[in-house]
Parts: sequence; C-alpha cells; structure tokens
Amino acid sequence: MSTLVQGLAPIRVPLDNGAVVLAQQTATHPAVTILVAVRAGSAHDPAPTLGVSHFLSKVIDRGTEHRSGDAIAEALDGRGVTLNSSVGRHLLTLGCTCLAEDFDDMLALVADVVRQPTFPEPEIETRRGEIITAIRQDEDSPATMAVEALMGLLYPDGHPYGRRTKGVPGTVESITRADLVAFHRAQFSPAGLMIVMVGDVPAGRAIAAAERAFGDWRAPSPAPLTIPPAARAAHRQRLVIPMMNKAQADVAYGFTAVTRGDPDYHALTLMNNVLGQYGLGGRLGDSIRERQGMAYYAFSSFDGNVGEGPLVIRAGVAPENVDRTIVSIDEEVRTILSGGVTPAELTDAKRYLIGSMPRNLETNSGIASFLHTAEFFGLGLDYDLRLPLLLEAVTLDEVHAATRRILDPDRASIVIAGPYDAASRPDPAPA
Amino acid sequence: MATQVPALPSLLPVRQVQLDNGLTVLIQEMHTAPLASLWCWYKVGSKDERPGLTGVSHWVEHMNFKGTINIPRDQMKGIIEQFGGSWNGYTWIDQTTYLETATRDALDRMLFIEAERMASGLFTPDDCESERTVILAELHGGDNDPEQLLDTEVTAAAFKAHPYRHPTIGWQSDLETMTRDDLYGHYRQFYVPNNATLVVVGDVDTEDVLRRVGAHFGKIPAGNVPPRIRTVEPPQLGEHRVAIEKEGTAAYLKLAYHAPEAVHADFFPMLALDAVLTGAKGVNLWSSFRNPPQRSARLYRALVDRRLASAVFGALLPTEHPFLYTVAVTANDGVPLEAVEEAAVDVLDDVRANGITPGELERAKHQLRARLVFESDSGTNVAHQLGYFQTIGDLDLYHRSWDSIAAVTLDAVARAASSRLEASNRTVGWFKPSPTPRAPEVL
Repeated sequence: MSTLVQGLAPIRVPLDNGAVVLAQQTATHPAVTILVAVRAGSAHDPAPTLGVSHFLSKVIDRGTEHRSGDAIAEALDGRGVTLNSSVGRHLLTLGCTCLAEDFDDMLALVADVVRQPTFPEPEIETRRGEIITAIRQDEDSPATMAVEALMGLLYPDGHPYGRRTKGVPGTVESITRADLVAFHRAQFSPAGLMIVMVGDVPAGRAIAAAERAFGDWRAPSPAPLTIPPAARAAHRQRLVIPMMNKAQADVAYGFTAVTRGDPDYHALTLMNNVLGQYGLGGRLGDSIRERQGMAYYAFSSFDGNVGEGPLVIRAGVAPENVDRTIVSIDEEVRTILSGGVTPAELTDAKRYLIGSMPRNLETNSGIASFLHTAEFFGLGLDYDLRLPLLLEAVTLDEVHAATRRILDPDRASIVIAGPYDAASRPDPAPA
Repeated sequence: MATQVPALPSLLPVRQVQLDNGLTVLIQEMHTAPLASLWCWYKVGSKDERPGLTGVSHWVEHMNFKGTINIPRDQMKGIIEQFGGSWNGYTWIDQTTYLETATRDALDRMLFIEAERMASGLFTPDDCESERTVILAELHGGDNDPEQLLDTEVTAAAFKAHPYRHPTIGWQSDLETMTRDDLYGHYRQFYVPNNATLVVVGDVDTEDVLRRVGAHFGKIPAGNVPPRIRTVEPPQLGEHRVAIEKEGTAAYLKLAYHAPEAVHADFFPMLALDAVLTGAKGVNLWSSFRNPPQRSARLYRALVDRRLASAVFGALLPTEHPFLYTVAVTANDGVPLEAVEEAAVDVLDDVRANGITPGELERAKHQLRARLVFESDSGTNVAHQLGYFQTIGDLDLYHRSWDSIAAVTLDAVARAASSRLEASNRTVGWFKPSPTPRAPEVL
C-alpha cells in the first residue's frame, strides 16, 4: 500500500453541529493517532489573563463530569497512552497515539475531556506551580529568550503573535478557575472543531465513533477573531538581553512575512529552503557553520499563518563571534536580495521539498499533522497531490519578487541573548 | 483491555549476512511506503576513548560529513536531498552511527556515501581546524542548559574507573588540543568493515540490496579488530554526592544508580520498575515517543501531584556495559532540594523494601508493549533498533524484547529493586540556582 502513488485518500465528514471529522486508514502499524483541535490558541487570550489558553491546556484533562483525574490517569497509563496538549497562536490541540484496540475508548475519553472538563481547584494549583517553574526555566534559556523577545519586537503593541503563549508570572499567578471556565465556555465549541484520526481503523468506523463522541455537542460559536495586520518594521532595531552566566549567545534575526494564503507563500517557502534549510542550514549554514566554523547551528524558519507569520534566522555562537555572525547574516540577506536564488538552487529546493513528502507522510502522526494543517488553512483534501504542482510552478522571478517584499537588512529586528556586553558594541549595521 | 499481541513491524523477518571482510548486513523488507532507510553503525563510542582524546569519536563523526576522496566536500550536500531525503548521524557511549532515509531509488547513492565514509574520509587539516570551533560551540550550547550540566557532573561522579564517566562531547581541554592525526588515527582504527553493521529497512528487495552492498563494500579490506576496553567498574562503596551552585532560575535533582547492561537478566525487570516509578519510555532513543504515560507512576504521584516538582523523568537505556538508571527532577519554584530529594528517596526506599504490586506489573507490561509498537512506526525507527541492538549486544536481544517483557515477574522486579536501589549504589546531584543579577535589556 503506497501512499505516494495514489495519494492520501482521507474521508472528510462535516457534522451537523459544525465539527469536521477527517479519517485516513493506514495498515502500516497496529496503532491510531488522534488529533482534536479547537479554536482556542493563545491569540484568543484576553490581555488580563495572558496565558489562559496554555493554562487551560494543562488542566483540561485532569477531571471531567464523568471521570475523576485518577480515572483519567488510570485509563491513559493502563493503555500506555500519553495525552499531549499543545497550544499555538490559533489552535489548542489534544493528541495521542494508542493501540488500534484502544481507539474507541481513547476517542471517547478525549471527547469527554474537550466537552466537559471540571477544572478541579487542587489540579489548578498543581499546574500553576508547574507553569511558573516552566516560565522560570525559559527565563534561563538564551534560545527561548531570544525568540520570544524577537516576536515582541516584530509584533508590538499587544499583537497576538508578539505575546508569550505561557503568559507571564503575574497573569499566571492571577488566573482563577472562573477564568478557565469562562475561556472554555467562550472558545470551546463544535464550530471550528477538527477531529483527525489516522491509523489501523477503517475510516467509516472511525467517523461513526467520532459522530457518537461529538455529534450531540451543542455550544455557541466563538466570537470571530481578527488578527491585526503586522506592520513591517520602519527601521532596523536591535535588543540585547544580557545573560552573563551563560557560555554561549543566541541570535534571532527576523522579519514579518506573509499569511498562509498569500500568493507568495510557496515562493517564500522555496527561498527559505535555499537561505537557511537545504542541507545543513542552506546558505546561512554554509557561511556561518561550514566556512567560518562559528556555530553549531545556523538556519532560518518561515511560518505562514492566519496573520502574517515571521521569517526568523537563528544562530548559537560564542560571545566573541556575535558581531561577525550578524555581519554574515546581513551579507547573506543582501546577496539573496540582490541576486535572488540560482536556477540550480531553485531546482534543488523543489526536488527536495517535493521528494520529502513520502517521508513526511510515512507515519500515522505525520499524516495526521498534514491533514490537520490542510483542514485548518482550507488547502483541500487533495493538497498532498497539488502541493508538488504548486511548488513546481514557482519561477525564479517570483522567488526574487517575494524575497524583496520581505527581506531588508535596514528593517531587520535583531535580538542577542547571552553573555554579550552591549554597551561597548554597537550594532554593526550593514554598509 | 485486550492483551492480544499485535503484529510488530520489528518482528518481521530480518536477513542477516556477513561479508567476507566482516561487515554485518541486516535487511528487512517493509513495503508500506516507497522509502528506504539505511543506517551504518560503528562499534565505537565515547567509552572507547583514552584520556586526552575524550570527544574524539564525536568529532570524527562531524568530520565524516566533510567530503571523501570521491565525494568532494561541496558535493556531499545534495546527493540525498535530491531524493527528498534526510541524513544525520549521532555518537553516544557505545556507538557512532550515520543514516539516510529517502525514496527507495536513492538506495544506491546511500550505499555509495556510506562506503566512502567507511574507507575514504579526507580529514583535511583546514576542515579539522574549522570544525574545532563548531564542536566547542556545541559544548558551550550544552553548558547553557543546567540539566545537561548536572547530568555531566553526576555521570562523572558515578564512575570512578569506567570510561562511561566522561561526556560524549569530550572535555574542553581535549577538544582544544586534539590534532588532525588524533582524529584520523581514531577514524582508521575503528572504521573497518569488521567493526560495522549496515542496516537497510524499507521498500527494497533483499537480494538486490545484497548485490549492491557487495558491489560497494566488498572490496573494502578488513582491518585489525580494535582493542576493547577491559575496565570493569568496581562496586560503589558509598553514596556519592555532587552539588552545583550556579546562577540560574530553577533547581534540579538527579539520582543515578549503577544499572544492568542490556544482556543482563535484571535489565527487563529494571525497565518494568522504571515504568512503575516514572512511566514507560520503551527502548528507542531515536523515536519521538519518549514522553511517557506517567500520571499514575509512583514518583510522579509523590513529587508532581504533591507540588514538590514540575517534572520527573526516569531513564534506563540498553547499553553494552553496565551504565546508569537515572531519575531527573525539576523542583517547583521555591521548593528546597532537600524536600524533593527526601520525597524521591522515600519512594525508592519503599519499592526497594516492598517491591511492586501485581496490578502495577500488569500496567507496566502493557505500557512497555504499547511503546514497542509506537516506537516502530517508521522504517527509520525500525532500522535504528536493529542496528542499535546489534551494536550494543545482539539482535536476538531485540527480537526477544517482547517475550522478555512478558516474562518479567514480581520477584524479579523486587530483586532488581532491592539490589540496585541501595543508597551505596547511588549518586545524588543537585543544581542549586543562585540569583542571576540581570542587567537591563538594551535597545
């Protein structure tokens, strides 16, 4: 059974209450991956309770109307299942992989958790301590500090993409059970709910199980969320976060880019691959790691989202190499701006991204995550077949035009976190 | 809860062949995706390094991505990428390994790369020098993480004689002074076919793979089998303690007990014991399924549910020689490490005195078997397991793992707990944060 030849063949069924169910049967492995996503990501956090979506994700599975926290623990641990919760800007996703024989029980449990959590007070206090500790750990990590601060620079003035998903100690300390209940009531609804099931279970049976678990759920639709446009930075800006107890500095250098639906999305995906992905970090890795030996990692990443997501360049370097690294990043950005990518680079990047699809769709969890993304952004049931054509069609000129739209060293936002003495070293701004 | 045994891809037939030059070849056909995964394993890791040369295996691994006689350095990149493939490598205490996973039509290119890597590495002096700073950056990046720092200190304190004591990345002074000839000498000594295992898993035809392997590797001559280390760690006579006090924001506790090697009769009972204490992780360190089901685990209940800690993680991996069973704990903000240690040790003392319950053993077995299924979800993961077990012990150990878990008894767990969790077999590590005077952010 080859997924490459005929493509994925997911069954998609919208339920009467607005939920969308997607099922794909595979027979590679006697297990099933379940993902259930609601539109309750951190972008929905009210400012006074920043971090409430993340907090909720940690406590939602600690007790329901029908199951105590202990009963949930026994049900999961007895089957070897880890229930993972993750919070992005837009979605809160609960996911797990279970043996095929446990599929019905696990789907019913996840539905119960999503629909009828009770948020027991003692559990709230326990998770609060964990979250505060996790925030304190983040504050000691140059990599995390650099990236979070860069998001703040790129998305200022309370923009939902510039805020910390975990919240800040002040808001996490003050979040109450009433806040969690209110957030659940406001955001958890079958409208916009996605249920993705991939694995060794017939699609029809999986869909029937999802209908049983979620079909009778009625709840008001959440208020629509508007993401404000992300302004392009007016000038170059640099922020230094001194962490003098650390051995190495982290550099994060970035721009606001485009939405997932932007016509330039695929052109920028290819450009990003050439700039900071292909091989060991693309052109950036060649320069900073391979030729100059300055870093263990140097790469770029690009994230198209509902709003304009970021393009971020990252490197971890010795403090004495920070300035030279930023000069090198400026050089690579200038070079790709003026000359674009070469025909050979574009061919290589296309071949790589298209050729990597069977690998990315090899496992149940890989397929589930692909279907989840395709459904959220409305990319279509046959997106696995159309993506190669979309990438193939991108021209050199389109890549170059899209690059000029986004990259500009004179408007770069830069954060340095680590043992770096800012006072004596001004930004080596590009010539 | 059914106990029926599902068909594991890892239990499909494996063809094992040894070439005349001693290269072991393992092939498993898996026709579920149009992919092939190839791993080339060398029986050399940081335990095979002498003082002054710590970190040499890992540095050699880095050099083996920098071109060979027939693959110029700037052409190494792109060979696998044009088939949409990924490639990587890692070094640990017993092994160095390289992998490529790509569409099946890349198989011949993968074999070419690995044959070149085995016999024709360049190690140019300039490349060795430029990689020195990359390795030091990797070392310092690790030092940024207090948990990794504590792990290094605890491991060094746990072993007095066996070379498992030094970190795989090596000690800084060795990394600063090692020469190109040190690197090249290590490479020539250990990268011989009779010290390697080649694994191919995927949408391939076994006979075709064997022909191609013969063509690429058959002419590489066997070498002298490298000497193996003889040191056996003497029994620990009393508890070891190490306390780091350093600027930071969170406190960490690490407990390490000398543990059985993979082939020891106590290994699977210890794995079940770990499942009871911290939740089952399975035995694949390459897999993404390392986040255990642990809400009802004893140490989770005692530390996390009681708000002393935000996280607890136990680790027992199959190794060639006796290594460590470790329990790593992140203390909750404001909780003193004394209280965390006392609560953790109470749990360990209790299980040592009283063993585990029949219900706990059943749950542990079910967890471990589910994890064995989850962690074999791709050709890449299956190939990793075949090569890993062949390198640290033997393949049979892997193929028997399902039965070995089923055969674990309450008595075996109790015996393992009683003999291994003694205080005198333990190293206790603290990372105690001192306040970080944070300079203001500068715009």
